[in-house]
Amino acid sequence: MIRVEHIYKSFDSRTVLEDVSVEFETGKTNLIIGRSGSGKTVLLKAMVGLHGVDSGSIYFDDVCYTELDFEHRKELRKQIGMIFQGGALLDSSTVRENVRLPLDLFTKMTEGEKRDRVDFCLERVRLQGADRLYPSELSGGMVKRVAIARAIVLNPRYLFCDEPNSGLDPQTSVVIDELIRDITREYNITTIINTHDMNSVMELGEKIVYIHEGRKWWEGTMDDILNAENKELNDFVFASAMAQRAKSVKR
Amino acid sequence: MIKKFFEDIGRYFMLMGKVFSHPERLCVYSRRTIFEMEALGFNSIALTAIISAFIGAVVVLQMAITLESAFIPDFMIGYSAREVMVLEFSSTVVALILAGKVGSNIASEIGTMRITEQIDALEIMGVNSASYLILPKVVATVLFFPLLTLFSIIVGVVGGFAIAYLTGIILPGDYIEGLFYCFEPDSIVYAMVKGAVFAFLITTISAYWGYYAKGNSLEVGRASTHAVVASSVAIMVFDLVLTQIMRA
Repeated sequence: MIRVEHIYKSFDSRTVLEDVSVEFETGKTNLIIGRSGSGKTVLLKAMVGLHGVDSGSIYFDDVCYTELDFEHRKELRKQIGMIFQGGALLDSSTVRENVRLPLDLFTKMTEGEKRDRVDFCLERVRLQGADRLYPSELSGGMVKRVAIARAIVLNPRYLFCDEPNSGLDPQTSVVIDELIRDITREYNITTIINTHDMNSVMELGEKIVYIHEGRKWWEGTMDDILNAENKELNDFVFASAMAQRAKSVKR
Repeated sequence: MIKKFFEDIGRYFMLMGKVFSHPERLCVYSRRTIFEMEALGFNSIALTAIISAFIGAVVVLQMAITLESAFIPDFMIGYSAREVMVLEFSSTVVALILAGKVGSNIASEIGTMRITEQIDALEIMGVNSASYLILPKVVATVLFFPLLTLFSIIVGVVGGFAIAYLTGIILPGDYIEGLFYCFEPDSIVYAMVKGAVFAFLITTISAYWGYYAKGNSLEVGRASTHAVVASSVAIMVFDLVLTQIMRA
């Protein structure tokens, strides 16, 4: 479980997050949605410690992350996996080296154990056989799958995904969504996904938080969202012609 | 501008604090150091060889023209060429050239990693990204550049010999006699120490500009330019300081 309490964050004089409090549940895919510039990426990065917060607290289970010193934060971060929007794979390393890096740095596994663990993770994301390729030789979907493999290689307790479907075709997006959902259930981890892909919202949204102008505007599930009486949320969710049509058909 | 300068100096030292603290695993770092030696050191050998050979030849030609006098013995040409190569060219000028090649390479590599969130990804994993990315480069260049300096001296001197032999402006025997005239082995040590110091400056300053790059590819280009300019200025300042300390 990850709990955020009264988070405030501003850059220079511009307030980006204002009094955001929310709880993300273990074993569920928690989604943060919102328009571009609404502050959802800042919230995600604040939770993983890439942005400091001006005030407020972030709890990972019972541990208050914002009160930890450098060394303890570093330890906690080893329990966090993150999938970045662009994958963020190390360009100079092969797929295998990218996935293996956390094992090299933080475990005392033997060479054989590391090889088996990397093979297992690559197989889990259906990328066996691509281990010698470099990131520049991979398609967008493959990059995301390698990023997932790297994120789960240390068996994290918390998984953060920043727009995991951006730049992917609808079919590949579904594959990535299913992979994230399966991994979340399989390992019972707390997964937080930052997205504005409505298909992901309807596929994965066991818990959805809508951020609008830096504030938490709405909170619910994928079933609630279709019937929500919130103008800003409806404007966002049903912005596309296809979504409007789907809504009218459903009604 | 002055405020920005002192801010940069402060951030540079803070970054160095991060670079030289908490290395995660020595075996991973040593693998990366060997990789960086190849990328930053071995790959600079050809450029260093070409420039050193031609400069060595040009210095001998210039000296032959300038020192053409019945009162100055011919071996002084070899002596002058050696002094130029050892004292300034092979350490300082090669460092300036490498600031362009290696410095821009480091700044653009780390800058690109910054804007594509690769550095953030390392931080999330709990990796000390500054140390992981910069320390192997520093160790690789500080170990390799003195050897590159020595290599440049040798190639430069050989280039001078070749032009002397091919054009006949000076007898090869006179040239070799000049090379050993009043030779102080300490001057080679001085050149190699300068090579190591300049390697440290080029690597850390360039890494600093890359590490704090933000925005887009334009900013990476700017970071790369800043890295080369700042490294070059630092090389000239430290050339003066080291010369005063070690030679005065």
